Amino acid sequence: MKDRHQTTSHEIERYAGLFAKRTRHMRSSAMRDLMEITARPEVISLAGGLPDTSSFPPESFAAITDKIARQSCASALQYGPTEGSTRTKECIVEVMAAEGMRADADDIVVTTGGQQVIDLVTKTLIDPGDVVICEAPTYPGAVPTFSSYEADVIQIEMDSDGMRVDLLEETLARLDGEQRRPKFIYTVPTFQNPAGVTLSAPRRRRLVEIARERELLVLEDNPYGLLRYEGEPLPPLYALDGGEYVIYLGTFSKILSPGIRLGWVTAPGPVLSKIKLGKQAADLCSSSLTQQFVEIYFQESNWRRYVQDLCGVYRQRRDAMLDALAEFFPREAEWTQPGGGLFIWATLPDFIDTGDLLAKALREERVAFVPGSAAYVDGRGGSSMRLNFSGADVDGIVEGVRRIGKVVDEQISLFSTFAGRSSEAPSRDEPEDRPADPPPDVRLADVVELPRRGGERRAQGS
Amino acid sequence: MTPRRVALLKGGPSLERQVSLRSAARVEDALERLGIEFVSIDVGRTLVDDLRASDADVAFVALHGRGGEDGTVQELLEIVGIPYTGSGVLACMRCMDKVLTKHMLLEEGLPTPDFFAFSEIAFKELGAGEALPAIEERLGFPVVVKPAAQGSALGIKFARAAEDVPEALIAAFSYDDRVLLERHVEGRELAVSVLEDEGEPRALPVVEAKPEQQYFYDFEARYEIGKTEFLCPADLPGDVAARAHELAVAVYRLLGCYGFARVDMILGDDGLQVLEAQAIPGLTDTSLLPQAAEAADITFEQLVEKMLEQALARTPASATAG
Repeated sequence: MKDRHQTTSHEIERYAGLFAKRTRHMRSSAMRDLMEITARPEVISLAGGLPDTSSFPPESFAAITDKIARQSCASALQYGPTEGSTRTKECIVEVMAAEGMRADADDIVVTTGGQQVIDLVTKTLIDPGDVVICEAPTYPGAVPTFSSYEADVIQIEMDSDGMRVDLLEETLARLDGEQRRPKFIYTVPTFQNPAGVTLSAPRRRRLVEIARERELLVLEDNPYGLLRYEGEPLPPLYALDGGEYVIYLGTFSKILSPGIRLGWVTAPGPVLSKIKLGKQAADLCSSSLTQQFVEIYFQESNWRRYVQDLCGVYRQRRDAMLDALAEFFPREAEWTQPGGGLFIWATLPDFIDTGDLLAKALREERVAFVPGSAAYVDGRGGSSMRLNFSGADVDGIVEGVRRIGKVVDEQISLFSTFAGRSSEAPSRDEPEDRPADPPPDVRLADVVELPRRGGERRAQGS
Repeated sequence: MTPRRVALLKGGPSLERQVSLRSAARVEDALERLGIEFVSIDVGRTLVDDLRASDADVAFVALHGRGGEDGTVQELLEIVGIPYTGSGVLACMRCMDKVLTKHMLLEEGLPTPDFFAFSEIAFKELGAGEALPAIEERLGFPVVVKPAAQGSALGIKFARAAEDVPEALIAAFSYDDRVLLERHVEGRELAVSVLEDEGEPRALPVVEAKPEQQYFYDFEARYEIGKTEFLCPADLPGDVAARAHELAVAVYRLLGCYGFARVDMILGDDGLQVLEAQAIPGLTDTSLLPQAAEAADITFEQLVEKMLEQALARTPASATAG
């Protein structure tokens, strides 16, 4: 066997010795392995953040790709400018205008998904140990990005009106005292992922003022703003600030397709030039092919109507999930009531670790959700979960929630047997015991504030 | 005997699916290098048909966790009549069930930390909750709470005080309907792999796992390169190493393993204690059996080759005997 290449543990140690220090902050976890199982066909997954791409008409897809093939085959297969094609940027200006933002195509860089914006902004602004402020809970996909640049992430509690800006100010004052200045505040102000809540208008104004007063940058991540199922839209931070301290992240993922991997960033000039350099180093340019797809789609189809159609579908699914939660989740559970977006955040009694619960849910009921701890950097969120209502159809949602409710009920009734305490488990037979829903504000305030426990115990052994 | 065509069983729906896929990927590479023809089967509803269609004369079982490591797949292989790598049905059942393993160890007089085991029914229908204080007193804190049948340290919790116990139980019951409360033994984590050589179980050099920072060798520490420092052979006094070898072989025989297995131990103040045995130890890049084999000058390819030879040498009788 002398000529065969062999992997030995010595080699593994050698590789480990070559890893950059920052890889120590890149964490894999048992959870991520469990999430792989959620992709299996027998599993009802309420875990992903998948938009329903099945509603996109295949005829449109065929017509667009056919047109690319006939008219611009060579350029579609070619590299493009780092900042993106002008025509794609014009489409972006149109999308931003639909949410009340006036953007200049020259101030836009087209990126490979919105995720790349988080990466590029962090890369541009953060040295190891620098502070990033974000919501608690925050977008789970941002956590590994912040970690890989060794940011010190500080999370600010939310309530039904989004990030508690008063707590933000307290935190900023505390950091002043420690002579530490955060580089940027990352926020998903509208239909937040994972909590589903929206930053109120007064808080939006205050947040923009704070950024201005302190000369701090805000990264506004807005994938869901157009997916509104009720109520009036609120102005994006970018519109309030005029793009002076707010970096805006947009994406085609939720209004068209995540598969085309196109997002964008709009930022103050000096920041944008650095981002452009960062993008050059990362991938030279985003896909010319999919940019052309967007351009032709915007030219020939009514993108607004498609978004409206999506809203109709998702509204129905959100309602189905809220109804199913009321029917199948125990009385001790609480959840948010999002007016748009893709997610509901549910919180269970704190003796339940949703990471372990996911194992039970997958094993016994073949159903999946995202455990809440993924949305925190400090081990909190252990008794919460993120539920997605865009990826499964109504039947799947109802059945999925029923199955999760079943495993939760089992854990609650088991827990009640431990210390001889009386069963606090809810009874399906006595729905009249359920208290009338309190006004949403109060209820949401309880739900999203999650300072329930220190990170220490959760962080261990899971 | 050289295998003509190998059916490599991998994946499946168990919680350790990813670990299995990583083990299998390495075995696939090895089979390619060895020039052995193989077909990979992701274990699912069509397994029996897939096996029949595979035209394989031997199966390599690279499955971990429920279904793959607990005798279920082994039983199916017996029925389909394809010889397979590793232990038979009964030994797999004994290894997978930590409670059964520990009872057998006790009966044989082999050292294992004190423990109590409960089923969900004991709590729900027999009032086992009332016994918790007595158990806690007897075991002392911290107590380790484990699901009876779950690998890769999934669901293992430490309860440092009485108030941590209910939550730890809930967590462990997420993985199995039986759990184990075990006295925590502070000490060095050792793994002794056993590989049969001409029908005789032989202990391979002891591997010590030193997690970088975790309280114990958890899932992440197990599978992420660089998260755990492995010492092989472990730096142990000669008599301790010899005792570890002796113990591993004794456990291997007691459980009726075949071909190979791994015995996990802890070296505490009171000497060596056996925690559990793995009928199908991991074969990933960071797994312990391949490291131990390498320390004994057995390459991964040779290890795979040996496992297949053992499988082919097994008569149906020895396969069913455990």
